[in-house]
Amino acid sequence: MLLSPALAISAVLFTLGVAGVLFRRNAIVIFMCVELMLNAVNLTFVALAQNIGVGGQVFVFFVMAVAAAEAAVGLAIILAVYRHKQSVSLQNMNLLRDG
Amino acid sequence: MTGTLVDWIWLAPALALLGFVLNGTLAFVRPNAKTLVSVIGAGMLLAAFAVAVVVFRAFMGLHPEEPIVFRYWQWIPVDTLQVDFAFQVDQLSLVMLMVVTGVGSLIHVFSIGYMKEDPGYARYFAYLNLFVFFMLVLVLGASFPVMFVGWEGVGLCSYLLIGFWYSEAANATAGRKAFIMNRIGDFGFMVAMFMIFWATGSLDFTTVFTHAPNVLTPGGGTITAITLLLFLGCTGKSAQIPLYTWLPDAMAGPTPVSALIHAATMVTAGVYLVARCNLLFALAPVSSAVVAGVGALTALFAATIALKQWDIKRVLAYSTVSQLGYMFLAVGTGAMAGGIFHLATHAFFKALLFLGSGSVIFAMHRAYHHTHAHDDAQDMRNMGGLRRYMPWTAVLMWIATLAIAGIPPLAGFFSKDEILTAAHARGHIAWVWLIFWAFGLIAALLTAFYMTRLMLYTFHGPNRTGEEAREHLHEAPWIMTGPLVALGLLTVLGGLLNVPALYHGGEWLHHWLEPVTQPGAALLPEYHLSTGSEWLLVGIAVATAAIGIVGAWRLLEPERLVPARNAPEERGFARVLRNKWYIDEIYDALIVRPLTWFSREVLWKRLDQQAIDGAAVNGAARGARALGWANRWLQTGQVGTYVAIFVIGVLLILWRALG
Repeated sequence: MLLSPALAISAVLFTLGVAGVLFRRNAIVIFMCVELMLNAVNLTFVALAQNIGVGGQVFVFFVMAVAAAEAAVGLAIILAVYRHKQSVSLQNMNLLRDG
Repeated sequence: MTGTLVDWIWLAPALALLGFVLNGTLAFVRPNAKTLVSVIGAGMLLAAFAVAVVVFRAFMGLHPEEPIVFRYWQWIPVDTLQVDFAFQVDQLSLVMLMVVTGVGSLIHVFSIGYMKEDPGYARYFAYLNLFVFFMLVLVLGASFPVMFVGWEGVGLCSYLLIGFWYSEAANATAGRKAFIMNRIGDFGFMVAMFMIFWATGSLDFTTVFTHAPNVLTPGGGTITAITLLLFLGCTGKSAQIPLYTWLPDAMAGPTPVSALIHAATMVTAGVYLVARCNLLFALAPVSSAVVAGVGALTALFAATIALKQWDIKRVLAYSTVSQLGYMFLAVGTGAMAGGIFHLATHAFFKALLFLGSGSVIFAMHRAYHHTHAHDDAQDMRNMGGLRRYMPWTAVLMWIATLAIAGIPPLAGFFSKDEILTAAHARGHIAWVWLIFWAFGLIAALLTAFYMTRLMLYTFHGPNRTGEEAREHLHEAPWIMTGPLVALGLLTVLGGLLNVPALYHGGEWLHHWLEPVTQPGAALLPEYHLSTGSEWLLVGIAVATAAIGIVGAWRLLEPERLVPARNAPEERGFARVLRNKWYIDEIYDALIVRPLTWFSREVLWKRLDQQAIDGAAVNGAARGARALGWANRWLQTGQVGTYVAIFVIGVLLILWRALG
């Protein structure tokens, strides 16, 4: 695998993720965009591991493990919110707002 | 270390300190063990006096020209500032040592009788011993800081003993007044110390006096400032204008305390300081003139107030202020030996007068106690004719009165005459000294007058104590009259210390002090009076004293006095004098009230309440709230907005990090 294309794809994926988090309203879509960013980072780790060492590849497993745990907690929260508000739109989740 | 008995000098203050520790402990554990307390309290002082005599004799054998310095330990080693805890034994400190321990011992013995019934007996002796310890540190200290320790320590003991009967508010207030007035003076002392270190690089007496003539311009601004600030310290400690007002109020303490601290020893510390720094004062002629002028003015001013006081102790208090004025006139004139001579003789006869008045008050108090009367035991209007009931006290106080008035050949005659002669002799160089001499002479007249008045009203004429109380008037017990007799002997013989050459005397004290006073004296102009004019001055002084005594005897009519309860208010000028020239009221109006007004209206209400509490404390809280109010639009509650800001932040950091 060539280094530059891999990093470029990773950057594109990450930007897509950021854009999704920024512009979408649906909590599930935002959640998936967060996963997308995590995987963009994973791709970077793997690509750079070719040059630097095996550490990057090992780290990817950690990220995946944490992402799996995070997915479980995150989905549970979204379900709880849905039961409470009958909606998964982030626009309705603004209880922290002043006044 | 000299290898002689002089090395034992540390024992004198150590014994006094031991007495304080033992009696202080007893005050807590056995407050009623009065015999033990007396034995420790007076015994330690007598032992210290014995040490002083032994050291004095050993020192006379050596008679060195240089002071003997004992360095005990390093006290303040900071870079170039090196202060050792050291004692200095020389001619001057030994004279002070003898006066303090000698007169101190007699007063301790007197106290055994005077304080016998007091519940605070052990506490009293603990304080008294502590006072003697600090006084010895003061006179033995070999540097300004060590002396200052003693200087502050005696001030503390003075405060504790003035307010000894602290359950009465007036006594506690008097103690505070003394402490605060002294603090003003101590400020001067401390600034003077800083300037001395800055100018000479040392604080040891020996080093400072060696360097001072080389580094300080005679008559220059620095040396004048140093000496004036030192003198400010003296005006506080030694009760001179403008800081003298605490001393008359200090009479609130037990009478032996007035005798020891507020007449014989502590208040003379200022005179000792000037005599110790005679070289510095000789380098600053302006300061010397100020010292002499303030002394002469105080001597006169306090004497006028003493004319119209009714409280027997207050007359003596103003008399003390006046006599201290004489001592400052002497040391300001450059007659250091004359000042120290008067210090010693004054210690004898003023201690005698105070203890005598203590014995009178003791008798009066006991008489009123027996009859359950509530009259003032210190008011002379309630006394009269006491010589019939207490002949010993009357005779001894008459001796002291004649001595303080300056009747030959008693102690006060020689010392006062020496001071007046010295001032007059200097009048041939500058006329201003003749004014000081005239002040001193008028003060001498008034002294003779008010002292005769005191004796006349107390011991002569009809008795005004009251029919019933009169039966209980008795002479004090021997433990109190004994010290009086000893002081009476010293009053009669004290003049022998320094009989002037005029009477073919040896001027022993003068020659004895020469190693100490010589550096300063060498800088002063020489002046001599012819034998004829000296005799004339002596004649004037004696005639003045005689006129004062006879005048008082003829003018005053003790038969017409009525007891204090029925006495009418004074009128006219007498009232001004009775109210001490309203100096306390003037100080109150000029200093105390503006100060409290400024503190309350500006410092409290403006600075504290408005600026600090209002602007700073509440202002900070209000500012934080306003900041939060201004920025609360940031808190939308929309996760999207937070993420957007977060991303912008990351991009900014990246741009800064990579760009």
